[in-house]
Amino acid sequence: MDQVRERPVLDVSGLPSVAFGKSNTTWLGNVFYMMIEGTMFALLFASYFYLRTRTDSWPPVQDPPLLTYGVINGIVFLLSLIPARYAQKVAPTGDRGRIRLALAGLAMFAIVNMIVRGFELANLNCRWYDNAYGSIIWSLIGLHTGHLITEFIETVSILGIAFTPKMEGTRLADAAINSDYWYFVVVTAVLMDFIIYGTTRFL
Amino acid sequence: MAISEAIVLPQETSEARLERTWGRPRGFWGWFMNVHHTAIGVRFMVTSFIFFLLGGVLAAMMRFQLSRPENNAIGPDLYNQIFTVHGSTMIFLFAVPMMFQGFGVYVVPLICGTRNIAFPRLNAFSYYIYVVGGLLLWVGLFLKTGADAGWFSYVPLSGPEFTPGKRSDFWAQMITFTEVSALGVAICLATTILRQRAPGMTLNRMPVILWEKLVISFMVIFAMPAVMVVSSMLLMDRTVNTQFFNPANGGDVLLYQHLFWFFGHPEVYIIFLPGATIVSTLVPVFSRRHIFGYTAIITSVVATGFLGFGVWVHHMFATGIPQMSASFFTAATLMIVIPTAVQFYCWIATIWNGRLQLKLPMLWVFGFFFVFLIGGLSGVMLASVPVDWQVHDTFFVVAHFHYVLIGGALFPMFAGLYYWIPKMTGRMMNDLLGKIHFWLFFIGFNLTFFTMHFLGLRGMPRRVYTYPAEMDWGGLNMLASIGAIFMTAGLLVFMVNFFQSKATGKLAGRDPWKAGTLDWAVPSPPPAYNFLELPTVNGREALWDAAPNQPIVTGVRDDIPEVLITNSLDSEPQHKEELPGASIWPFLTSITVSIAFIWSIFSPWGIAYGAIPVVVTLIGWLWPRGHSPSPRQSVLEGKWTR
Amino acid sequence: MIAASNSVRVAAILASFFQGEHNSLHPAGPFSTNIEWLYWAIFWIVFVAFVLTILAFARASAKTYSRSEEMLPIMKNEEGDRKAKWAVGTAITITLLTLFAVLFMSVITGKKVEGMSSSNPVTIQITGHQWWWEVTYPNPQADQTVITANEIHIPVGKPVVILTSSADVIHSFWAPSVHGKRDLIPGYSSAFWIQADQPGTYPGRCAEFCGLQHAHMGFSIIAEDEATFEAWEQQQLQPASDPQSAETQHGREVFLTHTCVMCHTIRGTDAGSRVGPDLTHLASRKMIAAETLPNTTGALAGWIVDPQGIKPGNKMTPNPLAADDLNALVTYLRTLQ
Repeated sequence: MDQVRERPVLDVSGLPSVAFGKSNTTWLGNVFYMMIEGTMFALLFASYFYLRTRTDSWPPVQDPPLLTYGVINGIVFLLSLIPARYAQKVAPTGDRGRIRLALAGLAMFAIVNMIVRGFELANLNCRWYDNAYGSIIWSLIGLHTGHLITEFIETVSILGIAFTPKMEGTRLADAAINSDYWYFVVVTAVLMDFIIYGTTRFL
Repeated sequence: MAISEAIVLPQETSEARLERTWGRPRGFWGWFMNVHHTAIGVRFMVTSFIFFLLGGVLAAMMRFQLSRPENNAIGPDLYNQIFTVHGSTMIFLFAVPMMFQGFGVYVVPLICGTRNIAFPRLNAFSYYIYVVGGLLLWVGLFLKTGADAGWFSYVPLSGPEFTPGKRSDFWAQMITFTEVSALGVAICLATTILRQRAPGMTLNRMPVILWEKLVISFMVIFAMPAVMVVSSMLLMDRTVNTQFFNPANGGDVLLYQHLFWFFGHPEVYIIFLPGATIVSTLVPVFSRRHIFGYTAIITSVVATGFLGFGVWVHHMFATGIPQMSASFFTAATLMIVIPTAVQFYCWIATIWNGRLQLKLPMLWVFGFFFVFLIGGLSGVMLASVPVDWQVHDTFFVVAHFHYVLIGGALFPMFAGLYYWIPKMTGRMMNDLLGKIHFWLFFIGFNLTFFTMHFLGLRGMPRRVYTYPAEMDWGGLNMLASIGAIFMTAGLLVFMVNFFQSKATGKLAGRDPWKAGTLDWAVPSPPPAYNFLELPTVNGREALWDAAPNQPIVTGVRDDIPEVLITNSLDSEPQHKEELPGASIWPFLTSITVSIAFIWSIFSPWGIAYGAIPVVVTLIGWLWPRGHSPSPRQSVLEGKWTR
Repeated sequence: MIAASNSVRVAAILASFFQGEHNSLHPAGPFSTNIEWLYWAIFWIVFVAFVLTILAFARASAKTYSRSEEMLPIMKNEEGDRKAKWAVGTAITITLLTLFAVLFMSVITGKKVEGMSSSNPVTIQITGHQWWWEVTYPNPQADQTVITANEIHIPVGKPVVILTSSADVIHSFWAPSVHGKRDLIPGYSSAFWIQADQPGTYPGRCAEFCGLQHAHMGFSIIAEDEATFEAWEQQQLQPASDPQSAETQHGREVFLTHTCVMCHTIRGTDAGSRVGPDLTHLASRKMIAAETLPNTTGALAGWIVDPQGIKPGNKMTPNPLAADDLNALVTYLRTLQ
């Protein structure tokens, strides 16, 4: 049956099928994800300060965590913003060579972060089962390490895709969004360092 | 965008292509691969309704045990498991999955005028993970290791010292599962509402239901992390000896209560607001007019969303917190009455200046008005600190929150089901059976729960498995138990009605209620692609306000599952995006995630080892495949050089 | 006539809804009286609010109800909506003012209740245990400290300080006739006041779910005049009297050589464990097992032999004693006035 109807139409055939930045839905989904995880960090921070009011001295019996590795990792995190920003810049160009370079750089930084994180864990001067102080310190750093590893895997996966012809269209947008998540990891790392290394020493 | 006139559309071929592109995958595995929102939404509803019935069986058992003083039918161990699993089921496995996920996933994309929900695979994953969480809790109960520390499982009772074994671990991980599910759906719904609305559906024209789903999504995003944090702390205290809640080692038991109720009170609104959503949707339809006070209602909903986070301490008035801070939370709690009152007044005004047609869904809305009003007003009494000292943790509170939750969620749910089942199945429900269902349930409900106010004032604490005859609570308890029989009968009538309607009900057609939202612009049940012609919108009620020659959207590809993305504020078309299609990976990922979570109950290494298959399935899920993602002619924001 | 008798019956049933000793609406002291006043004040406010709202719904529905089978066309009523705007605005204003009134009354009552105090009051330390109440009247001199369980004696007409603590999980101390409830939270101690203005026995129960026997965790407050209270206190300070008869001596022997001694104290004997209730003056109490059973010979014997059958899950082990041992033990315990 050839049913033909006449109606005014809104023709969107000319619209692009990839969007970078804020109009990308994955970008928005990622923002929601970061809101969720950010709320988790905020609640752990709040719990940390709450528990602190319930004890006379803080840390209760232990020495504060060793500052050295915390500071080193903080600096590495801040430096890693460079490849992250670079990845975000080159992703829309679709230049696979540069995208690979940026993502590989970011992954390298993540590896260094994870190694230094290992030293951090070994020098916290407390155990999670010692007391509530130890529990909250380990939970904070544990949650953050989980994000670090997740982001590392994500970066490596996109790097892997960047070696295939699939690296086009929305995948390029994903590569840019990946850097947003890395910023989140860096910001939470700095806040967490302040809590773990700063407030146990100077506050 | 310019609107060009009179373009000829070859309709038939487009329909066939859409069917091929969006059609549901077939076969046994096809069921697990389906990621379309109508299918997932119905699954959420059916599954949570089954959990509702199971939770109801537990409620009936409790009413049986309490019908007489010093009854020996159920011992304390079993009784504690029963009320814990009843509460946890109704809150985590029924109310939220039904009211937020079920209705939200089913109707939001339809009302937005789009072909599928955003992140459809995350949406499907959220369903499976929810089912596993529910099974975990119930398998625990059937293995006689059901959670038994109450639905909020206060420490130290639920901690390692006083609940040895795995009971509270099952409970804590059930929380993780269901909250992951709610969070996943919140992301999907908020993104759909912000990015996939039909052109013309500006923020100012968004139907109330979309506003409310958006607000609830944000509430979920900010509230659910609290319960995940607190249940994880509990789990770690129990499995790896952290000391969060051990007062002997610097831990604090009130920290648990603060974190739990920081989630728990917004949760109440996460359950009630979808009910109010349904009411705000149905009242205009059955008053045959636009809703009165659109802006006031939206403002109220948003205000509730904010205020809901500022009242949690009113669950803790009896802990001995200082008078000053208690008064602050009394004030905040009373303040939250205002937005709810505004909505009530606007509903009255809508009916007052409309033409009331008391069809079956509207009858349930009237049930909501009556029941929720009582619950809300007894809430005003509870907001007062001194009154709360007396009635807190008694049957008065049990009565109050059943009036609020059954009034605020269950009555609107049945209103919504009678309203949308014709859309889902294509067939009308029987009117007479629906009315019998209503009256049985309404009378039974009030008999059971109004009585409990008196029991509470007369000093009956909640969560007692029996009570001495001297307390003279027997008569009222018997009355309450008789009410449960009426409610059960009502539910049976509903089930009969549903299956009969599904088999032989009158065909509903596209729009049996002559309603105004876009869900009624598609056939009942909707085809796999929802809209053959993508709509544009000209007013708050898309169908009532449509221009005689309302334009449709063309140029969205029908050979790949593509949807139109519009901007958040004024829903101008921005770009098109291919949604992921059917896939088995969300299901497989839910399995691997479940293994990791459940393993972690038994060994902390479960999370570490269990993460490996999770990563594998996630890569399988996200690995690009299928169609070439895009024609490369242009992109938005950002350069394209190739 | 029939209607009259029916209405009497209905009134009796309605009245029965509010009866009972353990009752928020039967205040026996200033704290609970203030709360009861506040309860009724807010009740009548919300009752009026309920009636008005339901009337508004009824009026709106009656005014615009249509029996039409078909769905009617969409209508507009701009004139009506203009009026409704005023009506809704007025209603919201009234609601707001009413809520302020509720807040004001609530805060004032709260302040009144919290502000009550007295100098040099009787102080009672209540420690919650699964599933009984340890009651201590602290005194700087250890031998002047009264320790008992589940039965709280207070002087009538005087404010009494209750100090709270918990030995295990969270419990909640609630005797509605004298005051609202207060949680007993491990790691926290708090203080509040109670007062009974009439002599009498006021029942109380645990109000926070605390495990298997939450249902059987009662206590009673016995308010008596100053002289009786002091006599009671003096009597409680005495160590247990030595058994006189051969049977009671045997009973004490049974007590000291069986599991009883692992948990209970009888001052004046070698039994000094604090796990379970202090039994030095067991026979002076009206009830046993946290108000589960009356303190009679039979009930006591039944309790000793089969505590798990009576109160499943409680911490007391069954004691399958020989008949004469049991009789001797119970007879001995019954002498501990």
